[in-house]
Amino acid sequence: MTAVAIGRAADGVRRRNAVLLVVLLAALLAAPWLVNDYLLTVMIVILYSAFTGQAWNIMMGFAGQLSLGHALYAGLGAYVSAVLFTKFGIDPWLGFLVSVPVAALSGAIIGFLAFRFGVSGVYFAILTIAFAEFARIGFDHLSLVNAAAGLFLPVAQYGHNDLLRLRGDPTMFYYVILAATVVAFALCRFLIGSRIGYYWLAIREDEQAARSAGIDTFRCKMYAVTISAAITSFAGVFYAFFYNNLFPEQVFGIGRSIEMILGPVIGGVGTLFGPILGSFLLTGLAETLDSALAAAGLDVPGAKEVFYGVCLLIVIVALPDGVWPPLARRLGLDKDKR
Amino acid sequence: MTSLLSLDRVSKRFRGLVAVDAVSFAVPEGGIFAVIGPNGAGKTTLFNMIAGAMAPDAGSIAFAGAPIAGLMPDAVCRRGVARTFQLVRPFPALSVEDNVIVGALLRRRDVDAARERAHALLRRFDLFDRCRQPASSLTLPDRKRLEVVRALATEPKLLLLDEMLAGLRPTEIDRMVAILRELNSESGLTILLIEHVMRAVMALASRVLVLDHGTVIAEGAPEAVVRDPAVVRSYLGAETL
Repeated sequence: MTAVAIGRAADGVRRRNAVLLVVLLAALLAAPWLVNDYLLTVMIVILYSAFTGQAWNIMMGFAGQLSLGHALYAGLGAYVSAVLFTKFGIDPWLGFLVSVPVAALSGAIIGFLAFRFGVSGVYFAILTIAFAEFARIGFDHLSLVNAAAGLFLPVAQYGHNDLLRLRGDPTMFYYVILAATVVAFALCRFLIGSRIGYYWLAIREDEQAARSAGIDTFRCKMYAVTISAAITSFAGVFYAFFYNNLFPEQVFGIGRSIEMILGPVIGGVGTLFGPILGSFLLTGLAETLDSALAAAGLDVPGAKEVFYGVCLLIVIVALPDGVWPPLARRLGLDKDKR
Repeated sequence: MTSLLSLDRVSKRFRGLVAVDAVSFAVPEGGIFAVIGPNGAGKTTLFNMIAGAMAPDAGSIAFAGAPIAGLMPDAVCRRGVARTFQLVRPFPALSVEDNVIVGALLRRRDVDAARERAHALLRRFDLFDRCRQPASSLTLPDRKRLEVVRALATEPKLLLLDEMLAGLRPTEIDRMVAILRELNSESGLTILLIEHVMRAVMALASRVLVLDHGTVIAEGAPEAVVRDPAVVRSYLGAETL
């Protein structure tokens, strides 16, 4: 293949990617007019999962660092913004500006401890779980946040949507999380095409070889965990103002961390579309199952978890790279950046 | 000629075993310097200490006049020492192009500029056709070449090659030897290589160091070294002559 041919093929892929993005975005923008309130809530849950999956993917998919404690960063974002709002009357967007450094700092502390002392692989994953558990138990006894009794945000009936205070109807929340997901996607796309993105991939592939190519791997991994934690904290802010109640058990529980990684794992770790596709597949199908069971008058506790397990099994056995990479090949999109 | 790299009584111990025992030598700037010796002689350990993968227990290593012993591998690379691995380690899932871009980004922050540099190098090493293939899909000779290209992309003053020619066919060896010679003569790149393929060592090296059980048993011009009785006894064997 000549350089021109390679360039032309890449252009075609780029065009197809752009078309896919525009169609997807248009459909998502139009969704509130097309679906009912229940489905809109499902869409919110899907986009929430896509957003957190995108953030987690920076650490695992790009830099190759397995975090199983991302609930920590979302939880900190949720509690910081909720406490500032309920106790001090500070608007959530300002609260978000506080929760970003809090989450980023906690990510940096975990990263520093792990990367400085050579904790890697599954041991790093265990460390991230441990910190999320510390937070869960700590917040369970922290009276500032009403401990285990839970923190509640005042739910008032608003005649209009107040975007500044994040009080309003599901449509407003839908657009907020959609915007956040678009921003996260664009940010990831930018990062992976930049110098730090190349360095992350090199570290993921072979850390020793990366160091020999002159890469300061410690610093790059610190960037990954800090950026990922900072982005994830926004999910927490959203969570707090969407659900209006926070319990340490729920917010910091390991189940939350696992839910965050399911989307990208099903969709394709390390890809840009994987977290989005995986969230749609998983949450979409799980909600369908839920409502089908409800319609049939069956009450099956834990059905969703069993369903997640089955999905994971199928993907691990049949599509170990996730659903997106083979689908992208089929659509002629695979020659784009990874 | 001034020396670019000099080692002064460098030693490394693994528990009781002395892998490298007070080794001293100097690599002249612009030269091709070969380290030979039987398996287990301490060649790779020596390499790892120069490249920063491990710190020596004693002795000093100076590169371009500054001490580098005990520096981390990335710091050593930034100073201008690039290495390849005995068992090749390209980034398997990344494309050939991206592998080289990673190296080129060391001296330039801009990805497009790094890509341009990568393309120029890949063309020169006949790998440009495989630009978009994942590195894992390459054949062993191609992967070895890719690793040299990635190392060169960091714009080193000194290139460390660890058994780059092992496992290659004679025609591939000749091609690699020609490339390395060209690099050396054109850009004045200093090369330090560990090699078992004596044909290549004789063709390339201006100076040869022979290690055995961690100590230097001979050093000098290749023609002189291969006639050294101690070298013949411990490494080459009589039939090579």
